[in-house]
Amino acid sequence: MLKRIGLLVVTAAVLTGCASGDETALDQPATTETQPESSFTTGSGSEYGEAEARRLERQRAAEAAAAEAERRAGQALLEERTIYFEFDSAELGSKARDIIRAHADYLVANPGTRIRLEGHTDERGTREYNIALGERRAKSVERAMMLRGVAKNQISVISYGEENPVALGSNEDAWAKNRRVVIQYR
Amino acid sequence: MKRLLLAASLLFNTALAHAELNIVIDEGVTGALPIAVVPFKSDGRLPVDVTEVIKADLERSGLFEALSEDRMLARPSRPEDVQFQNWRTADVDNLVIGEVTRVNGGGYNIRFHLMDVYRGKQVIGYDVPATQNGLRSGAHRVADFVFQALTGQRGVFNTRIAYITANGEIGQRQYELIVADADGYDPRAIVRSAEPLMSPAWAPDRRKMAYVAFDDGESAIFVHELRSGVARELVRKPGINGAPAWSPDGKKIAAALSFSGNPEIYIIDVETGAERQVTHSSAIDTEPTWSPDGKKIAFTSDRGGQPQIYELDLASGDVRRLTYDGRSNARAQYAPDGESLVLVNLDQQGYRIGVLELDSRQMRILSKGPLDESPSFAPNGGVIMYARSGGQLATATTDGRVRQSLSQQGTVREPAWSPYLN
Repeated sequence: MLKRIGLLVVTAAVLTGCASGDETALDQPATTETQPESSFTTGSGSEYGEAEARRLERQRAAEAAAAEAERRAGQALLEERTIYFEFDSAELGSKARDIIRAHADYLVANPGTRIRLEGHTDERGTREYNIALGERRAKSVERAMMLRGVAKNQISVISYGEENPVALGSNEDAWAKNRRVVIQYR
Repeated sequence: MKRLLLAASLLFNTALAHAELNIVIDEGVTGALPIAVVPFKSDGRLPVDVTEVIKADLERSGLFEALSEDRMLARPSRPEDVQFQNWRTADVDNLVIGEVTRVNGGGYNIRFHLMDVYRGKQVIGYDVPATQNGLRSGAHRVADFVFQALTGQRGVFNTRIAYITANGEIGQRQYELIVADADGYDPRAIVRSAEPLMSPAWAPDRRKMAYVAFDDGESAIFVHELRSGVARELVRKPGINGAPAWSPDGKKIAAALSFSGNPEIYIIDVETGAERQVTHSSAIDTEPTWSPDGKKIAFTSDRGGQPQIYELDLASGDVRRLTYDGRSNARAQYAPDGESLVLVNLDQQGYRIGVLELDSRQMRILSKGPLDESPSFAPNGGVIMYARSGGQLATATTDGRVRQSLSQQGTVREPAWSPYLN
């Protein structure tokens, strides 16, 4: 149990460390998963009991490892704050859905936490149309989160269109980086 | 608190001096009219080189080619002193001469004569008064008279332009809304912000400007009085507050607002702030522009799949689609005569500026692409200013004959050409 608590502290530190700039860090660890205590107690000197105990221990270790792997995967997704889009599209790909699921689960577990979804586009197309397209992208992320149970008042949406690029240059590489929704924890 | 800070920065960052735009004539016209602007006579040094301003205006239009001073055999300032044979030898069709005199109580008088070299007589001649600080403006007015007399079209040398600049590294950008003379002279930042500024729009009386500003995750449309520097928040609703466009009478602003769930066009009363929704679709509706008679609003909508231009008749509420050329069309603006629209057309050659004649539905492409945007008509309808990729501004004459580029350090975009002063 001590080991697990230690791990959670490390996880919280990682999350804090990755929070950008002056944005508030996630104030709680991302997992609320609990492992039920085993009710099994080894019988004294029983061979069957010992074999069974070893088997159960291995099984429990495997389950814990799987849960840990899943939790780590969820943590890794939680650390991803940017969702990318195709040209002139607000459709969510499978990677986008995975990221959204991780953040949605976190937000459901932490109803006091609020986020801002910032929609962005590449430089192609007219500026005010791109403001509308960036909003469409952010709302598509918002909708997916609300379908997983996130409350409306936890999410606010803003579009910057093409006004705040992260990559400069007029090429597909830069455009792909700029077509995005950024999840900002507040 | 943040909002207060923004309001304060809006108020105090007025009148900052800036690097001027450089204007480069890319493609002159073959057959530009040869003209000579003879150095104007003056009693003493003047704060402005009036001759140079007139000459630069005419040349910048792309329609005139000015004779260099070292090829002038004489420098007359009065009609009776002109030896027409001298100017025929120099192959100029027309001659501008004149003199600048100080008037009592400050200010100047610019007297000029436009002479027809081959017919050997004066075309026009006027006295143009200028205030103490208005000599440059007076010189532009002389250029306007000459331009109109020789081309039949009203000049736009005495107008102004607004544009947005963005400078600095990613994450530390400074955005500025700048107002300058049409020749790029005297640029002044009227608003400065650490968050994006967008969509400057001149009021028809040229005394106010509407624009979009962002702060702390929200956007709002402001109306800015240019003389006092006071900015008033017109609308700040959840979601998009964008694309302001003044009605021809200056009493209303059409804008795109998305507080209902998706962007729709609204008409907002500038005085009271009351708004009325005029489009109703689940698609994107944005970028409104008023027809000069105030009866119609054209706008961008992707209700048919791709962005195209639609026109709303305000009396009947009827909406019809105007554009079918290319893959998409967006950000239209009516010409001052209402007979055409300038817009951004997308096809295989990228985003280019096009003019759509509303009667014939003919589209004429004016620019080369591939990332041109934000076209704005000069108030005479003869020239269009637009933005190119890489933060450059450019102009093209509506007939497609002359193209020029204007450049400044940093990125410059969203040019908006002012109305005439009167």
